Amino acid sequence: MSASVQTLVSQPYKYGFTTDIEADAIPRGLSEDVVRMISAKKNEPAFMLEFRLKAYRKWLTMKEPAWPNVKYPPIDYQNIVYYSAPKTQPKKLGSLDEVDPTMLETFEKLGIPLSEQKRLANVAVDAIFDSVSIATTYKEKLAESGVIFCSISEALQEHPDLVEKYLGTVIPIGDNYFAALNSAVFSDGSFVYIPKDTKCPMDLSTYFRINNGDSGQFERTLIVAESGSSVTYLEGCTAPMYDSNQLHAAIVELVAMDDASINYSTVQNWYAGDENGKGGIYNFVTKRGLCAGRNSKISWTQVETGSAITWKYPSCVLVGDNSVGEFYSVALTNNMQQADTGTKMVHVGKNTRSTIISKGISAANSKNSYRGLVKIGPKAIGARNYSQCDSMLIGDTSSANTFPYIQVQNSTAQVEHEASTSKIGEDQLFYFAQRGISPEDAVSMIISGFCRDVFNKLPMEFAAEADKLLALKLENTVG
Amino acid sequence: MALTPAPLPRGEGSRKNQSKTQNFIAQEHGGRCPPYERTMINENSEIILSVRDLRATVDGTEILKGLNLEVRAGEIHAIMGLNGSGKSTFSKVLAGHPDYEVTAGEIQFKGQDLLELDPHDRATAGIFLAFQYPLEIPGVSNRDFLRVAFNAHRKARDEDEIDVFDFDDLIEEKLDVVKMDASFLDRSVNEGFSGGEKKRNEILQMALLEPALSILDETDSGLDIDALKTVAGGVNQLANADNAVVLITHYQRLLDYIIPDFVHVMADGRIITTGGKDLAKQLESRGYEWVLEEFRAGVTA
Repeated sequence: MSASVQTLVSQPYKYGFTTDIEADAIPRGLSEDVVRMISAKKNEPAFMLEFRLKAYRKWLTMKEPAWPNVKYPPIDYQNIVYYSAPKTQPKKLGSLDEVDPTMLETFEKLGIPLSEQKRLANVAVDAIFDSVSIATTYKEKLAESGVIFCSISEALQEHPDLVEKYLGTVIPIGDNYFAALNSAVFSDGSFVYIPKDTKCPMDLSTYFRINNGDSGQFERTLIVAESGSSVTYLEGCTAPMYDSNQLHAAIVELVAMDDASINYSTVQNWYAGDENGKGGIYNFVTKRGLCAGRNSKISWTQVETGSAITWKYPSCVLVGDNSVGEFYSVALTNNMQQADTGTKMVHVGKNTRSTIISKGISAANSKNSYRGLVKIGPKAIGARNYSQCDSMLIGDTSSANTFPYIQVQNSTAQVEHEASTSKIGEDQLFYFAQRGISPEDAVSMIISGFCRDVFNKLPMEFAAEADKLLALKLENTVG
Repeated sequence: MALTPAPLPRGEGSRKNQSKTQNFIAQEHGGRCPPYERTMINENSEIILSVRDLRATVDGTEILKGLNLEVRAGEIHAIMGLNGSGKSTFSKVLAGHPDYEVTAGEIQFKGQDLLELDPHDRATAGIFLAFQYPLEIPGVSNRDFLRVAFNAHRKARDEDEIDVFDFDDLIEEKLDVVKMDASFLDRSVNEGFSGGEKKRNEILQMALLEPALSILDETDSGLDIDALKTVAGGVNQLANADNAVVLITHYQRLLDYIIPDFVHVMADGRIITTGGKDLAKQLESRGYEWVLEEFRAGVTA
């Protein structure tokens, strides 16, 4: 039956369609000219071009990281299209009526209605198609509370001071190879600014869609929460199915001031490639939050189900005293997928606390690694960390690894680490079957039980979706 | 002696002897025998299970070598035998465990070809296997597991699924059968349960799902006497004129508490002899060797 264990994981990817739309793309390849061209196309302020060029020059001196537990053929960075935008898109949209109907249809199909009548109740959405932001909903309503929610291109035009003040402060341009690349060529992304003492009146959401088969996607998200403010942010991603691999190298920077809190949730469902590992997205993403203020809190929740390769460590730098960092993650790999994901919790301030709950599920021939760093600095008196890393294997050919790194530089810290590995075996499924429960339902029950601690942290409507998504991804793995 | 014991001998297991045995047991245990008012065995009652010339292999090795058995509604059967005689294999083959391959013979369950059904369809059709080693399922609460199982059975009968509240009322009732505390429901299935608790949980599931045929695989193993009585009491409470029970056991001990109508001895992948309650007693005092010898003599004769 182990062949049948595989059948349950392989459900066709339902977001794999392509939208036929004429694109305004620049020629393949990367050079200083390309960087200048991107900046010019977006009519950016001078500081931005400087930022990009500095990053590009830095990138040229860097090497692609070789330490992750993943394997892939070398990437030809000269064979990637670094900017691609739907041609019919006017420079600036007066209203949604001006958005190309094909595009609205695309998002409709993805379950993200942007049109006025069908908007998601109480969630504002910024929709990003290839390199540009298509639409941001509920903008006016948010503006009433002083919340800025727009594409980063728009923020560079409307609020250049804010962008200049914070961009690159959490993730410096030379942080790592992919961060440098992103800093040089990023095309669009979301910008959020929550003013002092403001609770953002609705959840904010960005939806990323890569459409062009040759383009990379390099988006950049920046969220700033001023003192006493709070916001919940959701990110979703899908891509069409292509035989080739697309590169996605994004950056997300979060800044939380005194008493501010940011909840950032991701449901990542990029195309993962077929069962032989052909095609799929390379998801090389740098996400980091800075708890700059006292009592601030940043919480990452991620459900990673797609991508051929995931390389991603949403992290928290806990500078403010009493600040809190959290990381809740479910990473599922199937077929030939490879994931090397985890977090870094860097404790700098006094009495800082962090929690890491990571659940890895690997099926078929996939490779799933947790890699996490807990670092307690010399001045982080009374810092505490609790880490729990659980792995679940489905079938006999998948693998799970845990690489915890712990660095403690003062003796008042408390660091706890727990890890477990379990396996969905045929005997467990037989037990369910003997009570009348089909293999599909059994796997879905076991998985949602396994992931409960993480799903509980997701906003309600996303939790149900994540549950369904995992069940779908694992369909035909077992049975 | 015939190689195949069908048709099954009656007499030992008939109702007349039943009451005698009952009194005997009641005396032996100071009258603390569990309530045992089973309806009479009716030779015309429905045939629940009919197994003919069943052969089955695991990893290419033949374990069942021509097994015959007929079980009617209202009957309790015990299958005894030495380790490796094929008892547990038989129970797994009935339930449809994927490691076992049926190579010959047939199994009719309530007139239906059982071998055509997937394991979960066999379960909803009314076959219940109480596992010798019930599995632990971390993260899935007992309550959810039971409700999903119960609703799967209802769905198979074209009945509406019942909601969480109605289910809670129902399951509270069933807890009494095995004297289980409601706190068990909110723990993960079998996780951290003691041996006795796991077995009681199996009987709780049986009470809930009301199967037509319950197969109890070594349910007595690893139980202390109090747990054994509780489990046996549960089984006795659930046995009625419309269902049947097959007990698979090494020891006569369980049969002091659940009185079988028929005792079968298995050796080398088939049933070599069948008797009544007394056969189990004889096996207890004399061992299995004499049965095997008689069987061999019969074969060579």
